Amino acid sequence: MALTEQEVVRIARLARLQLNDDQKQTARNDLNQILGLIATLQSVDTSGVQPLPHPLAMVSDVALRLREDKVTEISSTERRDALMANAPGVKEGLFLVPKVID
Amino acid sequence: MSTSLHSFTSLASLQDALSKGTISATELAQDALAHAKTYGELNAFLHIDDELTLAQARQADQLRAKGQATTLTGVPIAHKDVFVTQGWRSTAGSKMLADYVSPFDATVVDKLLKAGCVSLGKLNCDEFAMGSGNEHSVFGPTLNPWDHSAVPGGSSGASAAVVAARLVMAATGTDTGGSVRQPAALCGVSGIKPTYGAVSRYGMIAYGSSLDQAGPLAASAEDLVDILDCMSGFDERDATSAEVCHGQPNKAGRIKAEFQQATEQFQLDTSKPLKGLRIGVPEEYFGEGLSSEVGACVLAAIAQFEALGATRVSVSLPNTKLSIPAYYVIAPAEASSNLARYDGVRYGHRSASYTDLADMTSKSRAEGFGAEVQRRILVGTYVLSHGYYDAYYLQAQRLRRMIAQDFQTALNGQCDVIMGPVTPSVAKPIGANESDPTADWLADIYTLSVNLAGLPGMSIPCGFALGQSGKKLPVGLQIIGNYFDEGKLLAIANQFQKVTDWHQQSARQSA
Repeated sequence: MALTEQEVVRIARLARLQLNDDQKQTARNDLNQILGLIATLQSVDTSGVQPLPHPLAMVSDVALRLREDKVTEISSTERRDALMANAPGVKEGLFLVPKVID
Repeated sequence: MSTSLHSFTSLASLQDALSKGTISATELAQDALAHAKTYGELNAFLHIDDELTLAQARQADQLRAKGQATTLTGVPIAHKDVFVTQGWRSTAGSKMLADYVSPFDATVVDKLLKAGCVSLGKLNCDEFAMGSGNEHSVFGPTLNPWDHSAVPGGSSGASAAVVAARLVMAATGTDTGGSVRQPAALCGVSGIKPTYGAVSRYGMIAYGSSLDQAGPLAASAEDLVDILDCMSGFDERDATSAEVCHGQPNKAGRIKAEFQQATEQFQLDTSKPLKGLRIGVPEEYFGEGLSSEVGACVLAAIAQFEALGATRVSVSLPNTKLSIPAYYVIAPAEASSNLARYDGVRYGHRSASYTDLADMTSKSRAEGFGAEVQRRILVGTYVLSHGYYDAYYLQAQRLRRMIAQDFQTALNGQCDVIMGPVTPSVAKPIGANESDPTADWLADIYTLSVNLAGLPGMSIPCGFALGQSGKKLPVGLQIIGNYFDEGKLLAIANQFQKVTDWHQQSARQSA
């Protein structure tokens, strides 16, 4: 089952990756080769086998911990500025993005 | 008295010199910085900052002066560039994070710093740890110190290269599908991936969160003990950090105590220290695809373990082949989710021109991520998309349980540890599989299943074979243990290294 160009375009849009026409063709070829490799898993009979999302669930009960919903980090303007120092665009403690709502 | 790091053949001899005061952390750091630059052609370091390193060295000397030194105080190390660090840039080998400077240190970085380790800087790696040759770094490939035309392995390629060239005493790495063990094997150094959950993932730039584990690389198993012991421990900031291991709290001291306990046990019979140890050798690891030279080195190493008293038993891991499709569904799925955070808004690369928010994000990601990362994001997006989730992702998670169950069947009753090759062949030439997107993936066959199962696994040097350029290249032996057995694995490897000298051969001269 080979992917069509339309399917590649749909996947790239979901992944938020802008591909030009050449890249679409390369991605289509690569994905079809990769899907050929991973499709072998579909022929395995896994009836009665439970999925294993966390490896340690093999040996113990795994419950993801929850924490209290409270601020634990230092809260100050200096700290905020330090945390935002890597942002491509900031103004007065806000991240700048292109206009979303007219 | 030499102040050169490479004149110390073990961490113990360096610890001795530091504690006797025959060398200071500052002298060592100055020398190590100079050598790191001399070996610049390896392209191993992505960011060196003398002042940051020397400040850590002075702090280490002060710790010692105050009587607060640990066994690691003053020891020169370096971090794979997927660990975030204050001061040094944290790039993950990606254009996306080329200028990123973290406002905090990863837990692993913090623990080693508090113990007094001195970091020489950040090490090259495959972009976002996706790759097995260090070729997928936007900053160019790292060279294998044994043969500059060969890859050092990956994704922790530079971590292995700097240990092989003796530019650091140890380096940190991360292992999602073999990224510590495989470069350790291809560069002739020792490296360990601990049990999933043993080491905190906080501040480790995420790739496949249910598979990622940090692990150290060093010349020998003995050198790894203190480093791994320091790195490990429960961390409430990592949701999958293990609180308990074998009924013991997950904290510094656990792995070292287990190593010492096993070592004492081995010393009871000095001629046959490993008497009673059952080594499982999986038939699936010695089939088609394994180079005969690599196979011969690995079998000779297993024979050496038998000479030390261990018994060899045949085991079967029948689902080994399925680890490739299972891994290449699960890891890209987790990667596509983890890498969704790079949106060009809060940090990371932002395209210079765009029309609206969606265009900005899509362009920034297309420009910021390299080809291999984009491929894995697309695969992951596809297998998680509507209509394919059950057929690919859930099916892969079911196979994952079958693969993990194979190991439990072998390790509960049939054998105590499993040994085999790490890689099917020695390091390939740089650029060899450029046009084939899955060729490198197939070579991960012996390492992926350990991550899928979450088990500890290590690689130690066990010989040499000729590479394609005609130069000799290292071969690694893989040792896989049951959950939280890392101290035992290190002790077993240490017995082997007491009677062999593969781990003492450095690529210093060839580099």
